[in-house]
Amino acid sequence: MSNHLAKSLPNDWDLTIIDQRKIHHYQPGYLFIPFGTYTESDILKPVEKFLPERAKYIQKPIINVDKDNDLVNLEGGQALPYDLLIIATGTDIAPEETPGMAGPHWHKSIFDFYTLDGAVKLHRALEEWEGGRLVVHITEMPIKCPVAPLEFAFLAESYFYERGMSDKVKITFVTPMDGAFTKPVASDQLGHLLKDKGIEVVPNFNVMEIDGDAKKLIDYEGKEVEYDLLVTVPTNKGADYIERSGFGDELNFVPTHKGTLQSKVKDNIFCIGDATNIPASKAGSVAHFEGEILLENLARFMKGEELKDEFDGHANCFVETGHGKALLIDFNYTHQPVSGTFPFPGIGPLTLLKESRMNHMGKLAFKWVYWNMLITGRHIPFVPSKMSEAGKNLAEVNN
Amino acid sequence: METTIAGKTVKINDQGYLTDLNDWSREVATALAEEEGITLKDEHWPVLEYLQNEHKQETALSIRKVGKSGVVDIKGFYALFPGGPLKKASRIAGIPKPASCI
Repeated sequence: MSNHLAKSLPNDWDLTIIDQRKIHHYQPGYLFIPFGTYTESDILKPVEKFLPERAKYIQKPIINVDKDNDLVNLEGGQALPYDLLIIATGTDIAPEETPGMAGPHWHKSIFDFYTLDGAVKLHRALEEWEGGRLVVHITEMPIKCPVAPLEFAFLAESYFYERGMSDKVKITFVTPMDGAFTKPVASDQLGHLLKDKGIEVVPNFNVMEIDGDAKKLIDYEGKEVEYDLLVTVPTNKGADYIERSGFGDELNFVPTHKGTLQSKVKDNIFCIGDATNIPASKAGSVAHFEGEILLENLARFMKGEELKDEFDGHANCFVETGHGKALLIDFNYTHQPVSGTFPFPGIGPLTLLKESRMNHMGKLAFKWVYWNMLITGRHIPFVPSKMSEAGKNLAEVNN
Repeated sequence: METTIAGKTVKINDQGYLTDLNDWSREVATALAEEEGITLKDEHWPVLEYLQNEHKQETALSIRKVGKSGVVDIKGFYALFPGGPLKKASRIAGIPKPASCI
């Protein structure tokens, strides 16, 4: 967004970036760290490497946003005034929200892979593990990259197969939703994947607490799931300073208009990516597609023009299925994922909602696209911000 | 597709969820609840109203969000809609089933 703005912002505007981190993480890469496909050096680069010259860069923790006085208060007492604020502070895991999760067993027998620290420690644990019950678990929705837990289960099955340990490992997928796949077309076409891979699904499981000593998850109805190694996606929350600013929802997400990306907090605050509460997927591709409409709306706001109510919830995600294959899904607020070819109708080369090696190559190639194109403010080749219906088998949807 | 619930023609999807909240009425809710094995009582209605309001504001729902709403706690939510509270309550409230992206 900063790189977009540096090019398009009128000359009488100053651009300041506040980033609480010095190092930028390629977060889609966390998924591959536990299996040794990527190491830390693949997914880390200094933030400063990507900043536009025009922007002033401040690397400090944020105390809060004083929306009534248009100020961002930083640690150390500095107060930064603004005319226009874009919130892009994402989401993070909050294991402390579930009793028994963030205790003495954290990163010992209970792991996450949504942080670099968690992913690296899980890698070591998997390398040393001799087998048993591996439980992959979603605490509650919404979560960043909702397909990542499923990908983790698939990649784990593939990882243990390659190590000759399939007969020693039992993988269970535990979800608060009514299945591993929740959309009708995806359930129909992909439901067999879990069965084929021997992954058991425990649906409708809302964890109340974890008994780390007895190694079991307990839900609100008293159901229990036992594990030897638990890989969980804890509750996801927006940044703590949002709560201190007094305008987030129950999970610190910023109330935001889903079509314009203007916040419902105050007219001069806009929001992008996982920090919003819009009903789109919390996926990196969504933030990327939001960028275009946000840029347009910021320009309109500066000129006092009406905002464009045009963001359609577009998401485009590769889903790793293990054994060197992946799926691709493309969807928005109103269109669920269906099968087809992408991005060129009838040609591909990628296949929607169907496993292929080409999709897997696409996922790995995406790291290069991210570091070299997206982060510098360029577009994904051939993929527009608004979802296209071309090449899709829309007749699969019967309601 | 269209069907008749409590004497009213309504549009539903293949999982039995209303596709238009305008088709909802207390009579429709009572009939949907019966299909889920639930007899609606006074304490159900504020929860259904809360879910509808959140849906109209286009916010995604979760069990924990409902639990923090002040309308009902999580145990109470389970007691009112046993065996899948969010899924069942959403259907009775006439709003979409909570889903992930795939």
